[in-house]
Amino acid sequence: MAAFGSFALLIALALAAWNLLAGAVALRLIATGQPSAISPERLADTARRAGIAGFWAVTAAAFALVWSVFTNDFSITYILEHSNRALPGAYKFSALWSGQEGSLLLWAWLLGAYGFVLRLTHKRDVKLYAYAGAILAGIQVFFLAILCFAAPPFSLFQGAIPADGAGLNPLLQYPEMVIHPPMLYLGYVGFSVPFAFALGALMMRYPGEKWIKITRIWTMVTWLFLTCGIFLGMHWAYAVLGWGGYWGWDPVENASFMPWLTGTAFLHSVMMQEKKGMMKSWNVWLIFSTFLLTLLGTLLTRAGLVSSVHAFAQSSIGTWFTVFMGIVLAVCIFTYILQRDHLKSEHHLESLVSRESSFLFNNLVLLAACFVILWGTLFPILSEYVVGNKVTVGAPWYNAVAVPIGLFLLFLTGVGPLLPWRATSLRAIKRNFVLPCVALWATVAVCLVVGVKPWKDGAFDQGSFYAIVAFALSAAVFTAIASEFMRGTLVIARQSGRNLIWAKYMLIRRNTRRYGGYIIHIGVVIVVVGLAGAAFNRSVESEMALHDKLSIGPYVLECVGATQDSNANYNSEYALLDVYKGGKKQFQMSPEKRVYLASEQPQTMVAIHSRPEWDLYVVYEGTNPDTNQPIIKAFLNPLVSWIWAGVALMFWGTLIALVPSLKPGTQKGGQQ
Amino acid sequence: MRASSRFTFWIKGAQALALAVAVCFSLGATEPNSRFVDLNHRLMCTCGCAEILGECNHVGCPNSTGELNELRAGIAKGLSDKEILDTFVAKYGAVVLAAPTTHGFDLVAWIAPFAVFAAALLGTILLVRRWSVGKTQSEAPASDPAMDALRDKIRRETE
Repeated sequence: MAAFGSFALLIALALAAWNLLAGAVALRLIATGQPSAISPERLADTARRAGIAGFWAVTAAAFALVWSVFTNDFSITYILEHSNRALPGAYKFSALWSGQEGSLLLWAWLLGAYGFVLRLTHKRDVKLYAYAGAILAGIQVFFLAILCFAAPPFSLFQGAIPADGAGLNPLLQYPEMVIHPPMLYLGYVGFSVPFAFALGALMMRYPGEKWIKITRIWTMVTWLFLTCGIFLGMHWAYAVLGWGGYWGWDPVENASFMPWLTGTAFLHSVMMQEKKGMMKSWNVWLIFSTFLLTLLGTLLTRAGLVSSVHAFAQSSIGTWFTVFMGIVLAVCIFTYILQRDHLKSEHHLESLVSRESSFLFNNLVLLAACFVILWGTLFPILSEYVVGNKVTVGAPWYNAVAVPIGLFLLFLTGVGPLLPWRATSLRAIKRNFVLPCVALWATVAVCLVVGVKPWKDGAFDQGSFYAIVAFALSAAVFTAIASEFMRGTLVIARQSGRNLIWAKYMLIRRNTRRYGGYIIHIGVVIVVVGLAGAAFNRSVESEMALHDKLSIGPYVLECVGATQDSNANYNSEYALLDVYKGGKKQFQMSPEKRVYLASEQPQTMVAIHSRPEWDLYVVYEGTNPDTNQPIIKAFLNPLVSWIWAGVALMFWGTLIALVPSLKPGTQKGGQQ
Repeated sequence: MRASSRFTFWIKGAQALALAVAVCFSLGATEPNSRFVDLNHRLMCTCGCAEILGECNHVGCPNSTGELNELRAGIAKGLSDKEILDTFVAKYGAVVLAAPTTHGFDLVAWIAPFAVFAAALLGTILLVRRWSVGKTQSEAPASDPAMDALRDKIRRETE
């Protein structure tokens, strides 16, 4: 199977190279109109077909690796290092992306799959799709070249083959890890498609708003995948790492967040191009930057440039990525300079206080946030290079620098929808902003009255202060969006004479993109409220003998047992804790600590009891070697479940935005 | 309501709100001392886990328990925050601090993001103002008719 997989990769590389070369030659011939021995259209079609065949070749290689995992083929080094016989089936599948070589193969396969769909739908616009297909083939050549020459997933183990493998990293043996990495990769790789369309459209001087319309669904679906991937990663970190948090500003987390920020900026600014013919150069560079950031993130975490909790092993592929990024950047700059006259704006902004300028500032803040994260991620390298002194840039720095920018962005989320296009009057501003301002100050007052104060032990407390600001801004933004919904709903209800629920449904159906977007914004508000709750996290830690009690918030935890278990994959120790509230037993929790047999690595399995107001989060930290009694750490984390609820709303909002709007005259049951 | 009485209404409302906020601030209760927690969140665990000292929860972590004990000892000795952090830096190097300091080259880490953000914000405001002033002074120049015709042709052909 190793030989089959290796040959499949070589064939895929040859097909991708043909797709790139034949496609480029054919498009050049079509553009210049030069006579040639072979029809350029036929040559372009062979390139397209090579792309489709290439997808099947990469699929064969991916199948070969998965097959080798399931058949415990430890003659392949990758399988030996990332699997073992007792590994459950679902996790054997996830071994595909648990190591560097496998994850690059997954990347190549997903890129092939996106290209496959793109090439099958080429009749929508043959020429633009041919450009995009050739550019995707260029990217695919790079990944397949790495897989064939720098990080081969099918390299054979030298020497006597061990009877069993080293097993999968215990951190990855968690259900979410079966879907989190593919989601994230779908997001990363997916941005290659709008990038290819943008570059292709620029090369052929295609009307700007048309490529944006074609790639709108690609971009939104990709953004959704990346969003889900990031939040699944947060939830995994929360449930598995056992430190009570979900985001540690680790370079790998930052690497996924940066393209999300530029991708989000792109999704907003393309509306300006569609509606006003503005920001054309900006949009092109946003999508170029997003693609480059996906490569940079991969470079940072795989080349060992920065230390990370979950970076891959250091390897030589950093050089490959650096060279490829250089080539991509050079091609982007060259094409832009050559074709920049095609990207002139058809209109300019007319007022600082308008919907257009709110989009511009929104983009500015998103890019500023991206710069902050990039700066924080790279500063240790810069510091070592400049003054020879390596420093850590951790959560305190990000909380001080990135949080204010994030709050400003939240403010703009509320302000943008309240401003009309072109320009606005002072009267309109007053009318639209009264309710949100009332909500903002009412929330501040409520926070202070209920005891949420921006100080601790008599001193200013930055975390609480930011939390209050976040709550207040969230209330204002929610009020602003809700009033937008209400205004539209009332108009439709009045026009149609139907009830408010039907009117709200019709409002959304008539402009799914706009109201889907608002729903996403409400989701973001809910996520922010959840994140702000972290300022009030509490924790206690104690060694617990039988019937010992531990109090946290309104809960009392009583240890009623500590026991052990084992199976073919791991041994585990866990405590049984009865949880009381108001003197009454509510439920039982059993935090666990596992030691995986193959890798001999320990792993925490946190017990979480989730409520809308807080999570009771209990960690089995191990046993005291002197007393042999379990050590329990309990956290009370306010509002965490709001984060996951907000993400669910963002998911639904995106789905709604993807549904085509109802055209006038097609709605049933109402006025036409 | 007349403009002057409406203005007075808003002023009085703002005064009432400010008073309410001031009253609420004055009711602050003091929490138990959290200096230990604050400091252990300004330090990193040095075992290589890349986690904040106060959040490192590895079973049998070779470093975090020792570091936490050193921190407790420093507080018990009555050292100031700066003295405690300096002691850690002297022993483990600058990487033990969870964030760059505010002197020397480290200061650049703090200044650059805000400087870049402020410059971008200012640049954008000036650009928009220039556009809006230009708009009122003169109409936008007519676009290239040949290019417009080409765009229309491509649009039609690709519909």
